[in-house]
Amino acid sequence: MTRETTANARLSVDGWVTVVALLIGAFYATLTAARTEDPVMSVHAYIFAGAFILGLFGIIKAYYDNSECLADQPAGAETTIRYNLDIVKAGVIASVFWGIAGFLAGDTIAFQLAYPDLNFDASFFNFGRLRPLHTSAVIFAFGGNVLIATSFYVVQRTCKARLPGTLAPWFVFWGYQLFIVIAATGYLMGATQGKEYAEPEWYADLWLTIVWVVYLFVFLGTLWKRQEPHIYVANWFYLAFIATIAMLHIINNLAVPVSWTSSKSYVLFAGVQDALTQWWYGHNAVGFFLTAGFLAIMYYFVPKRAGRPVYSYRLSIVHFWSLIFMYIWAGPHHLHYTALPDWAQTLGMTFSIMLWMPSWGGMINGLMTLSGAWDKLRTDPVLRMLVVSVAFYGMSTFEGPVMSIKAVNSLSHYTDWTVGHVHSGALGWVAYVSFGALYCLVPWLWNRTQLYSLKLVSYHFWISTFGILLYITSMWVSGILQGLMWRAYNDLGFLEYSFVETVEAMNPFYWIRAIGGAFFVVGSLIMAYNLWRTARGDLRVESRSLAPEAVPNPVAAA
Amino acid sequence: MAGTPRKDEISGVETTGHKWDDIEELNNPLPRWWLWVFYASVLWAVVYWIAMPAWPGISDYTKGMLGYSQRNVVQNELAAVKASRAEWDQQILNSSLEEIVKDDTLNQYALAAGKAAFGDNCTGCHGSGAQGGKGYPNLNDDHWLWGGSLEEIHTSIAYGIRSTHEDTRVNDMSAFLRDEILEKAEISDVAEYVMSLSGTATDAQAASRGEELFVDNCVACHSEGGLGNRDLGAPNLADSLWLYGGDKATIIQSIAYGRKGVMPTWEARLDPVTIKALSIYVHALGGGE
Repeated sequence: MTRETTANARLSVDGWVTVVALLIGAFYATLTAARTEDPVMSVHAYIFAGAFILGLFGIIKAYYDNSECLADQPAGAETTIRYNLDIVKAGVIASVFWGIAGFLAGDTIAFQLAYPDLNFDASFFNFGRLRPLHTSAVIFAFGGNVLIATSFYVVQRTCKARLPGTLAPWFVFWGYQLFIVIAATGYLMGATQGKEYAEPEWYADLWLTIVWVVYLFVFLGTLWKRQEPHIYVANWFYLAFIATIAMLHIINNLAVPVSWTSSKSYVLFAGVQDALTQWWYGHNAVGFFLTAGFLAIMYYFVPKRAGRPVYSYRLSIVHFWSLIFMYIWAGPHHLHYTALPDWAQTLGMTFSIMLWMPSWGGMINGLMTLSGAWDKLRTDPVLRMLVVSVAFYGMSTFEGPVMSIKAVNSLSHYTDWTVGHVHSGALGWVAYVSFGALYCLVPWLWNRTQLYSLKLVSYHFWISTFGILLYITSMWVSGILQGLMWRAYNDLGFLEYSFVETVEAMNPFYWIRAIGGAFFVVGSLIMAYNLWRTARGDLRVESRSLAPEAVPNPVAAA
Repeated sequence: MAGTPRKDEISGVETTGHKWDDIEELNNPLPRWWLWVFYASVLWAVVYWIAMPAWPGISDYTKGMLGYSQRNVVQNELAAVKASRAEWDQQILNSSLEEIVKDDTLNQYALAAGKAAFGDNCTGCHGSGAQGGKGYPNLNDDHWLWGGSLEEIHTSIAYGIRSTHEDTRVNDMSAFLRDEILEKAEISDVAEYVMSLSGTATDAQAASRGEELFVDNCVACHSEGGLGNRDLGAPNLADSLWLYGGDKATIIQSIAYGRKGVMPTWEARLDPVTIKALSIYVHALGGGE
């Protein structure tokens, strides 16, 4: 530790901050583990303590290894831009891992619905606990890691600037994984604050807040350092996603813990105020996490893969600002025909209708970017996946406003139609655009000329598309059937069917949905294999080369 | 890099001159149809706001020209249903169960009301087809624990069994092992005897040993020969129908630890008309007496 060590072997300011924070965190977590009488908190305190200590060891090891991750100006940075790509690689690996975990959890609960004995009478394997495990795993673990990985890649390349800080980006990555582990283990142990998509308890929420604020600063720092005069549209969407999620997360999770050593807390709001806050959060998690964030991915990867300019700059501006402005109002449509006042329901519905075209602006810009490159759809299954994702996006963002209309909602609400709608967005749009981005990123990050096998991409595409179609069509039928059965009256004004009879009627569709989900899981396993072989540098000999030429992404000269 | 706009050869449209990581943008205008549909949706929203309750103020909100209120709609609909049924309900309330069953139209109405009420309240335990399950009686057969006449069914539904109602039906199947009334071996013998009543005994000697114990401990409720006693809700043990199961292990379980199944009282939850309708519906399921 003398001054003669190389530039790499020193800790930067954010490095020291991280070390001190980890020390304090490890001490506090150990103290909590020793003091708590709450078994959930005890497990979580040990996990936190263990993670912080592992983090410290990681930093010490990097320090003595002269690891490049501790250097904010790596070797050669004077002549060319040295992007921080290791963090993106880590994000890609985490995305694939959590994606498969989340899809498997989802298909498991799909089979549990079709065949309830699969709950095995075990508390931790119960549908009620696995369902938030599934939703959080696919939205936050899979989707979140895809967003972190792609945002760190896209913001660097479109700003021509390296991510600021040395350990800060790694803190974001590992801190986010820790949040996922805390959330997931909490669900299995039954810890929940009972808010959909915001189930983790107060301490997990606080931890995510810290991680998220650092994420915001790393992203903003890159924009600040940029060498381009303007900010690319993808970065507007990423920034809207990061900033709005911070606001939504903090407000919806305001809660009072029972004590500092208890895992239980009480939410600050009550009754209909709580419901409205929750769905303001819930709907904008869809709007800013699953729409804005993934539109950012679309805005980088579609023009890149198609090799064409974005269709309309003006459209991107207008649809960005109108989307941002309209989305934040639409939450009350989740509470039609409830205790929510009429006026709030009206606003939720009308803003959802007005949101239709702003949402479609992204679809138009995505699809029309292909004009002049439509032929590539025939030969490039990755581009096909990206384009189909945009088509699913267009379909879901049309179906959504339709379902927000109160007359339609009175039929669709609480039925499987909603579940089908969510999954046409989640599987068709979010997952497909993510898969497309992952297929692009892996060869770029691991410096491979092309993917291991385009044929396998094609298999992935067709198998999971078939799965999605089984899923959403079965849920349409079962949802509408369910809604009609619920509202069927006989001549004397009595309900025609009991609830149990409607559940019985759902059963065949639950099987179809679960089988569709299995196809989707199989597709994602094919992807994982393909990406792994690509990263290893393998190339499959295929009789007919599907793509005319790989799509390289070299670093432009500074 | 802020460059100069160039003409894109494929589309013939100018670019904006922006370029990020080799991505350019075309300077296409907003699609006309897109803009007009957007305007139309905004206009529609404004019209909707004028017609319906929409914008909040400090202490009130704009009520809208149509005077719509979700609460009023629900209240009116409920009032309309109530009015349409008022005459029937009044007749059911004022008639005895026997009178209702004899009046064909009134009976049809009661059966429809009972079916709906059964689906909402009873299927959770008794099954969607009233077929019952372990610990929950099948209501389709003619095997009744507390009696299968209209009145007896009505009493069971209204007051429940081992419920919180003060007039609840109640009995006490003792826990012979837990309360140290019988030894384990004795219970096994009694179980064999009970099984012998329906011809399923596996050990004749044990069964005969159990007979004496049965006479001393069980006949008070279950009657001689285990034929049961409806006044006490004591099941007939000589038939082949079992509430909890007729295999030896289950019978031993029943004797050793007793059974305390609960049917809630519905008097506080359902109105008298619905309880009457339910009684008639259950009576008509197949086993009514």
